[in-house]
Amino acid sequence: MSYLLDCQTFCILTFGEINEMMKNWWKFLAVILLTYVTLFSLLTPLVPGGLSVNINEIKKGENNIEFTGYNTHFNAEQAHLRCFISVGQQWIEGKVTNIESDAKFRFSVNLPDTLPSTQVAFYAYTPTDGSIYVSSAVGFSDIVINSNIKLPELKNKVSNEEHQRWGFPFQPILFETIRNLMFHVPMWFTMFFLMGISLVASFKVLSGKWEQDVIAVSSAKVGLVFCVLGLITGSIWARFTWGTWWTRDPQLNGAMIVFIVYAAYVLLRNSIEDENKRARLSAVFNVFAFILMILLLMVMPRMVDTSLHPGKSGNPAFSKYDLDSSLRAVFYPAVIGWAMLGYWIYTIQKKLETLKQASHVE
Amino acid sequence: MLNKIFFTLAFMIWANLGFSQSVLEETFYQSGKINVVIAIILVILLGLFFYLVRLNKKIDQFKD
Repeated sequence: MSYLLDCQTFCILTFGEINEMMKNWWKFLAVILLTYVTLFSLLTPLVPGGLSVNINEIKKGENNIEFTGYNTHFNAEQAHLRCFISVGQQWIEGKVTNIESDAKFRFSVNLPDTLPSTQVAFYAYTPTDGSIYVSSAVGFSDIVINSNIKLPELKNKVSNEEHQRWGFPFQPILFETIRNLMFHVPMWFTMFFLMGISLVASFKVLSGKWEQDVIAVSSAKVGLVFCVLGLITGSIWARFTWGTWWTRDPQLNGAMIVFIVYAAYVLLRNSIEDENKRARLSAVFNVFAFILMILLLMVMPRMVDTSLHPGKSGNPAFSKYDLDSSLRAVFYPAVIGWAMLGYWIYTIQKKLETLKQASHVE
Repeated sequence: MLNKIFFTLAFMIWANLGFSQSVLEETFYQSGKINVVIAIILVILLGLFFYLVRLNKKIDQFKD
């Protein structure tokens, strides 16, 4: 008897509470997923990369070049640091003259008067960082381009492999903001998910179950919140990578139109007094809004050539890394986690809409 | 009260934007633009909190 009593006093959760927890297992999953996403999207390091070289024009004879890297180990690996210039498919080795820090060193390179190509890139190699490079457009002075010329072979070659350790890919211009992939992009996935719920509910309304209108309106409202968050975060991201808060990108303008259309859906509903009529009319509007969203956000940006967004036509920015496993390992959980959070908020919104409807009926 | 706080904050942010555009740029371009990520996470968190607080208030009104 006393044993049982002890059990009850020390037991933190009652059966009812445990039962409640079991029912809401997916909320715990959402919290776990988003914790994982936040931690790993911020703690995963960026792999080393080349930031810049301070040269606009290369000339015949000796060139002095300053190479700036990111997350590199030039100083720590100074005994093994080597530098090259690649010209087309051929290589010229430079001589390191001064290592300023882990991220900066100077080197000099002797160039002949004839080079095989105008495609020039600057490489730095250490065993820890692998081969990193900066490819910047350079001018030529006193140098003739002749594609038949053969440069002397390198004596000691290094592997032309990029960094092999775990980390997010280093992308020029993006740098650390590649982590926004786990926050900005899932906003739109969540919006699509919620608008999808809204569409299904609207179809049910059209087939006679007009009480499903509550589901349609609450999921559209929460989807709209994620749409606004996606617009704001995208605008901030654009400002510091593309250089402007807003551009005439079909994806951006499409997203703005989608926002306006769904805002109209939520606002115009209030203008119809009769509940049955309101449910059916707004269901029709909702179906068209969804079709418009698919056309504007999924189809249009892929058909025009001017989208700045990665993965859309005319811009292969992420394509090399589309299947990068370090990004995928965080991105997929991020999409699922944010979508679950969106669904969670939708259930709360639904409670409010149900209360509203009940008070109207009375 | 809440309005006062909001307008004070908005004015502070606006004033800062006006007077120190370069400081803003510096903050966001340094250290590999990591602060852009911080800003975006804050926008999402504050946006969702704001929405949930408002939702909570509206649901509470029905309890009376």
